[in-house]
Amino acid sequence: MANRITLNMITQRSIEEGVAMEKGKTTPEYFEACSIIEMHDDDVKALGLVPNQLVRVTSECGSVIVKTVRGRQSLYPGLAFIPQGVWANQVVPPRTQATGEPQYSGFPVTVEPVNSERRKSALELVQGAVGMWRGDQ
Amino acid sequence: MPKKVENVGCPYCGVCCDDLVVTVSDDGKKILEVENACAIGNQIFHHATGGERIRLPRLRQPDGTYKDISYEEAVDYAAKVLYNAKKPLIYGFGSTNCEGMAAAAKVAEKAGAVLDNCASICHGSSFLAIFDNGYPSCTLGETKNRADVIVYWGANPAHAHPRHMSRYSIFPRGFFTGKGHKSRKIIVIDPRHTDTAQMADIYLQVKQGHDYELFDAFRAVVRGHEIPDQVAGIKREQIVEVAEILKKARFGTIFYGMGLCHSDGRNHNVDIAISLTRDLNDFTKWTIMAMRGHYNITGPGAVWSWQYGYPYCLDLTKRDIAHMNPGETSSVDLAMRDEVDAFFNVGTDAGAHFPIDAVKHLRKHPWITVDPNINMASEISDLHIPVGIVGVEVPGIVYRMDNVPIQYRKVIDPPEGVISDEELFERIHQRLCELEAEETAKEGAKAAPEGVRAGSEP
Repeated sequence: MANRITLNMITQRSIEEGVAMEKGKTTPEYFEACSIIEMHDDDVKALGLVPNQLVRVTSECGSVIVKTVRGRQSLYPGLAFIPQGVWANQVVPPRTQATGEPQYSGFPVTVEPVNSERRKSALELVQGAVGMWRGDQ
Repeated sequence: MPKKVENVGCPYCGVCCDDLVVTVSDDGKKILEVENACAIGNQIFHHATGGERIRLPRLRQPDGTYKDISYEEAVDYAAKVLYNAKKPLIYGFGSTNCEGMAAAAKVAEKAGAVLDNCASICHGSSFLAIFDNGYPSCTLGETKNRADVIVYWGANPAHAHPRHMSRYSIFPRGFFTGKGHKSRKIIVIDPRHTDTAQMADIYLQVKQGHDYELFDAFRAVVRGHEIPDQVAGIKREQIVEVAEILKKARFGTIFYGMGLCHSDGRNHNVDIAISLTRDLNDFTKWTIMAMRGHYNITGPGAVWSWQYGYPYCLDLTKRDIAHMNPGETSSVDLAMRDEVDAFFNVGTDAGAHFPIDAVKHLRKHPWITVDPNINMASEISDLHIPVGIVGVEVPGIVYRMDNVPIQYRKVIDPPEGVISDEELFERIHQRLCELEAEETAKEGAKAAPEGVRAGSEP
């Protein structure tokens, strides 16, 4: 069992994210729709994860805590998916290959289980990144 | 008595469904029911009157809280931010009408701003490929009425465009496609076995980031050349089988999405997709279409191309001399190089959808959000200006993903006092003109920008 593995990350829309986004990005629905990661069963086993366990995902430009879920849409081993949105964008590299479009799909991340950490809310992540987070109001 | 409004356009995705039926309460203030919309479109209409709406602009205070201010004060604040900035960036426009986009362009030109839209992080690569290689496309109606082979490549409409398959591609019975689904062959190519892939007759699980190689293999086979045993994770036999289906189609459409534009290669992936489409036209009729995301993200491309000659990433810092160069004048690149000193987030949410590093860079400077709703951008702004929701409270023209313009209607009034994007930008433009006139009266005119201005004497 590995402490951490390196995967290829992609991030795209999910319908759960779309519905929750229109309801509001500060809602529990958006939190549950987007602060998750989907991986292949082989990779889940390699990390010794149990369902709903939290993991830290780290890329060349940041890290984020998300929950491991078994998605309906399957991936091949080595590929990981976080729905587009606030949590994914904590790790999406801003490099654009001179096109304007960040590297939303196809960048390396390490994934490792965590025990004593929590998922942050969308507001905490975004306001925290720019020094405006004032705690739960 | 509740009123049913028929043939309503949906302000969610680029499919622009225009068959919604919305039931409005007898006082005209509440949306009671939405028929025919997908789950996401449904949510947009119900959210308009179901939740708490912001009714006045909000200005950030020194203690970090927001304070309500009048629209007049907000217009003055926004105009002064633009006037004092050397190179402001006005970005967004995924969710507004063409009238608002045209008004915003007037503001950008007057302020000497960079004007960009969400295509910059979405289908901008498609524009680059189309500039290079053309766009053998069609309307969605032609696909519905003629296509017997459909390819979804790097696109997942089951999640991102939920009614695309039922209205235009897989299921509808068209003029020459009377058997609907039974008469069509569906091919899905994606690294994930998506819910769209569940609909496929043939699914190819391409290795992520290797789309270009697979397109190249298809082109080679279509032209009668040999290919290796396996390309991009797909066996030669499967590639040959699919290539034969593509060649024998009566009419085909390749719908492609972010799987091509967001992966390594970007515009080159789209470029070769267009080349494959052109190759296939040596055998039969093939077309290609970008799965545009927001309901009117095709709009700024149409409006600004007509106004300035470029669809996105417009540098208007020399006012009426437009210049476009993605990589240089694109929002995320500008942000990462700290080249802009004020940011307008309009009808989008850069706070949630830009990489966080870009958000951090932009937030070093004044940040103004124009949006009907609370979102991540509004919650880190200096000023949040609410506007009416296009397609629900504000009518206007939108462009569907196939570049067909549609007149959207409103079904209810916006909250009392809330104005439209168009009116807001017209008022900001007016205030900018006043500020310019005030300064001219005090100190003489600002130095004319360098370069040859349109209409000037040689």
